Amino acid sequence: MILPRRFRNLSLLLGTFIVLAIVICAVFAPYLSTHGIEQMDMRNRFSGPTLSHWLGTDNFGRDLWSRLIFGARVSLTIACISVAVSAVVGTAVGLAAGYFGGWTDLILMRITDIFLGFPAIVLALAIVAVLGPGMVNVAIAIIVVAWTEYARVVRATTLMLREQNYVQAARALGAHPVRILVKEILPNAMGPIIVLASLGFGTAIIAESALSFLGFGLPPPTPTWGWTLAYGTRFMRDEPWLAIIAGATIMVTVLGFNLLGDGLRDALDPRHLSRSAGRKK
Amino acid sequence: MSDNLAASPLLSVENLKVHFAIRAGVFQRQVGEVKAVDGVSFSIGAGETLGLVGESGCGKSTTGLALMGLVKATDGRIAMQGAEDVTAMRSVPRAHRRRMQIIFQDPFSSLNPRQRIRDIIRAPLDIHGIGTTEERRAEVAKLISLVGLRPDQADNFPHQFSGGQRQRIGIARALALKPDIIVCDEPVSALDVSVQAQILNLLADLQRELGLSYLFISHDLGVVEHVSHRVAVMYLGRIVETGPKKAIFSKPLHPYSELLLRSAPSHDPHRRHQFSAVSDDIPSATKKPSGCAFHTRCPLATDICRRIEPQLEVKADGQFVACHHR
Repeated sequence: MILPRRFRNLSLLLGTFIVLAIVICAVFAPYLSTHGIEQMDMRNRFSGPTLSHWLGTDNFGRDLWSRLIFGARVSLTIACISVAVSAVVGTAVGLAAGYFGGWTDLILMRITDIFLGFPAIVLALAIVAVLGPGMVNVAIAIIVVAWTEYARVVRATTLMLREQNYVQAARALGAHPVRILVKEILPNAMGPIIVLASLGFGTAIIAESALSFLGFGLPPPTPTWGWTLAYGTRFMRDEPWLAIIAGATIMVTVLGFNLLGDGLRDALDPRHLSRSAGRKK
Repeated sequence: MSDNLAASPLLSVENLKVHFAIRAGVFQRQVGEVKAVDGVSFSIGAGETLGLVGESGCGKSTTGLALMGLVKATDGRIAMQGAEDVTAMRSVPRAHRRRMQIIFQDPFSSLNPRQRIRDIIRAPLDIHGIGTTEERRAEVAKLISLVGLRPDQADNFPHQFSGGQRQRIGIARALALKPDIIVCDEPVSALDVSVQAQILNLLADLQRELGLSYLFISHDLGVVEHVSHRVAVMYLGRIVETGPKKAIFSKPLHPYSELLLRSAPSHDPHRRHQFSAVSDDIPSATKKPSGCAFHTRCPLATDICRRIEPQLEVKADGQFVACHHR
């Protein structure tokens, strides 16, 4: 395989493979599904894996494989929206706080601290409880919890970058702060943001599943992973298949995103980047 | 030469002060002050190079940054010929930026690693809205050849260049706005000696062709002697001696200038320092000695030096010295 050396690491490859597999399942769900997701077969509940039902059936006799790949669509959509928005919001706050310093920094970071002060899942539950269920509302709940991470990391990176001479040079030229942030600082802060975003996918999927599990996610019959897991646990003692497979799906997906994030972290590490990120004295 | 230059200086700096507050504790109370630059005055004429020398931490770089508005001046006046005083302004106006630019010491951190050379050099033109897209492109090409780089290197990234080449790129960026004065903040200290000579010659050529003035900040006396017309020696935030290069280098009057020049390594290993300081400990800029800041290290120090701070006075032709004894 022709890849630059720094992209050749196991967690990056494995993570990319898992994530790609899940994304393909989600995108081509209508073609890959073997049964209709709402097609019940009450004589054939908790079937366990069979030739017809690859991953078995749930408590209503619905095909688990088909429901899980359609559930991937829900999970990935919510994860995409929430990661994109929280990365943008968090990055903007972090850039402003880190670059301007002083009162701007103080106020923005205290606001961040307030958001961090709430237990994440309680805050998310409260938001969904107020806004009501729905894909966008679940995404909003995750965004409110997740943006702080970006803000803090980007602020720290900005504090370091603003002392660089090329930023000083741009100031000496009379560049507008927005231009300096967008053209000089942001491109050099992208590494940590990309890593955080890929790790954030995992967190968002867990958060969405947790909300669904607790009954605050998308209402049935939407085939969410969290609901499937929640139902599975009810029948755990007699029919463990359902919970195990639903749980394993969530676990493998999150693992995939985390491996991808860790791999990217290694690949984008400044020590590997020394030739393009500027040598240290 | 210095007489008619002094009549209408291009840049005049009067009593410039840059003090940094030292804050500590939960409430960030001010517990002290670093007087990095403490009442510096000088002027630079058109086409002239003023060398600013001194040991590390004496405030020479801070002086340069204050001129550029990159650190805020606490007090004093910075005036360009035919322009308003910019010191007190909250932000330095763009017209001022166009007349004064800066070259940094570290050629590795002075260029954004994510931008192509073409874009780095074009940035000043973009920021000031000079010319059309086509004119900017032509101007960038001109600048690239002016500083001795090849036109086909324009699309490369900074990491593809050596330290000397990167310094040339920094110079091209500084020249883009056609400034009158360039603050050179230790422009060759980070370079190999052979490359230093190339960059110094480039700066000299540009001065001749474009009539530039330089404020040349350096701790390397050999380099300063090579490029400067006049020299100012700084010690702990103040200029202790200033004058024509020849005078300063042949007969320095201030004991500190003497110490500095005598400490410069010579080619003859058998030559020993003829002049030694009483102590080599540099006092901290937070707790400056009373009176003359140099009295703790000065072999000539007497009681008056501990009490009264000497002012710059003419001691010889064009040579100003702040010392009670010379």
